[in-house]
Amino acid sequence: MPELLELSGLDAHYGDFQALYGLDMTVREGEVIAIIGANGAGKTTLMRSISGLLKNRSEDVRYKGQPIGALRADQVAELGIALVPEGRQLFPSLSVEENLLIGGKVGREGHWSLRAVYDLFPILEERKRQASTSLSGGQQQMVAIGRALMANPDLILFDEISLGLAPVVIRQIYDALPGIVGQGMTAMIVEQDITKALSVSSRVYCLQEGRISLEGATGEVSHEDITAAYFGMDT
Amino acid sequence: MIEWTGVIVQGVLLGGLYALFAAGLSLIFGVMRLVNIAHGDLIILAAYMGLTTTVMLGVHPFLALLIVMPVMAGLGYVLQRGILNQTLGDDILPPLLVTFGLSVIIQNALLETYTADPRKLDGGGIEVASIDLGGLAIGVLPLMTFLIAVAVIAGLQFVFYRTALGRGFRAVSDNQDIAQLMGLNKAHVFGLAMALALAVVAIAGILLGMRTSFDPAIGGGRLIFGFEAVIIGGLGNLWGTLAGGVILGVAQTIGAKIDPGFQILAGHIAFLIVLAVRPNGLFPRVDH
Ligand SMILES: Nc1ncnc2c1ncn2[C@@H]1O[C@H](COP(=O)(O)OP(=O)(O)OP(=O)(O)O)[C@@H](O)[C@H]1O
Ligand SMILES: [Mg+2]
Repeated sequence: MPELLELSGLDAHYGDFQALYGLDMTVREGEVIAIIGANGAGKTTLMRSISGLLKNRSEDVRYKGQPIGALRADQVAELGIALVPEGRQLFPSLSVEENLLIGGKVGREGHWSLRAVYDLFPILEERKRQASTSLSGGQQQMVAIGRALMANPDLILFDEISLGLAPVVIRQIYDALPGIVGQGMTAMIVEQDITKALSVSSRVYCLQEGRISLEGATGEVSHEDITAAYFGMDT
Repeated sequence: MIEWTGVIVQGVLLGGLYALFAAGLSLIFGVMRLVNIAHGDLIILAAYMGLTTTVMLGVHPFLALLIVMPVMAGLGYVLQRGILNQTLGDDILPPLLVTFGLSVIIQNALLETYTADPRKLDGGGIEVASIDLGGLAIGVLPLMTFLIAVAVIAGLQFVFYRTALGRGFRAVSDNQDIAQLMGLNKAHVFGLAMALALAVVAIAGILLGMRTSFDPAIGGGRLIFGFEAVIIGGLGNLWGTLAGGVILGVAQTIGAKIDPGFQILAGHIAFLIVLAVRPNGLFPRVDH
């Protein structure tokens, strides 16, 4: 499979603070990658770097062979990378439907349309005129996912989509995932719940204090490897 | 009694002009949290552009709008992308300083170009025309101004809440980063917002220029009226802006009726009273 995304020596900084140290990563077309790591490990920072919300050296991030590290987020979005941000981050002054419509602003062709999103999450169609802030947390997460899908991205990034949701809602959202990546979409999933993350992914990267502490095929990494990589204990 | 009715009607109609001063300010603040100190001077600049257009082409000021509006809109876009975008950030001081500087520059440029002599746009008689409504004489130009203001606000409201452009304005206003993720380049969106605001400024400038004489120094006063209308009406609410303009206009005409020297002060007093009673204005924005 061809490489869709390639990180080489990716550093990321917040002012003087360095959050990512020389990450190397490859994501091939059609893969689902799990990114795990403790709080503050740099998972969100990684998502922000790929999506263009954080500026990097141009060559640090390559997408379809093209250096995109220094592009603005809107340019990255137009190339086909969408982010479901941590904490949902819907637009409060837009209705549910408007939140979805604005996701389609990049105007890329593909499977996903308002219709397809409503078929995936029927409750959103019932609530489409409502203010996005009036939805429950799980419904808001559905809007956030639908909004990203509306862009018909080739690569979709999920940052903690189950954060703060009830187990039944999490299951509902994860049940929808195969329908999403089944459309040929490549996905990177940041998740605190390691079991959940491993169950849907083909490969996993573990971050620890801004560095990759483990990488491997999901079936091949052992529980002990992960515990060690996650908590930084010596093996 | 009819006398006071006339005063109030005049005030309401005057409020239309103030709403036009205010609409652009409100739009810009709503989308990008920018307080444009040069707003009043841009209104006067538009009036002078109208003057040059009418004199050079021999057309009516309303026709001159066909030129002044696109020119002002283009200027707004360039100004925003060239200068103002660079001043926007966490600190609210830079945009204030830069637009204050812009205000001084516009005033001086107008002074150099047109001198300090008061000028007026020739409306071909509609300034003095009036229609009679049961003994109440209503000026044609003030009435037109008010109707135009209603139309402009309705139009802005439509753009804001019914179009993709407006959706983009609201999204960027809500969360610039996430809006950027949706493929909206905020620099461009801000440029479009300023273009739209200055198109409205063009209309305000032309109507002002037909109504009263103007000179390069009067921009600051228009800025204050615009501000007061925005604050009275409630930030971020376009129809509220019209209500704010009307309240200010009525207060001024009533003040003027009591004593001609009292006009402006009466407006400020009404503003202060509203601010004291309702610090967020009468109709503050509700999300969605
Ligand atoms: N805006 C910011 N300014 C300064 N430092 C930041 C900022 N955002 C994150 N950091 C720091 O960068 C590091 C990585 O943060 P990041 O949000 O990427 O972690 P994370 O892995 O997503 O954590 P969590 O699981 O809690 O979401 C942390 O040490 C954090 O304190
Ligand atoms: Mg995070």
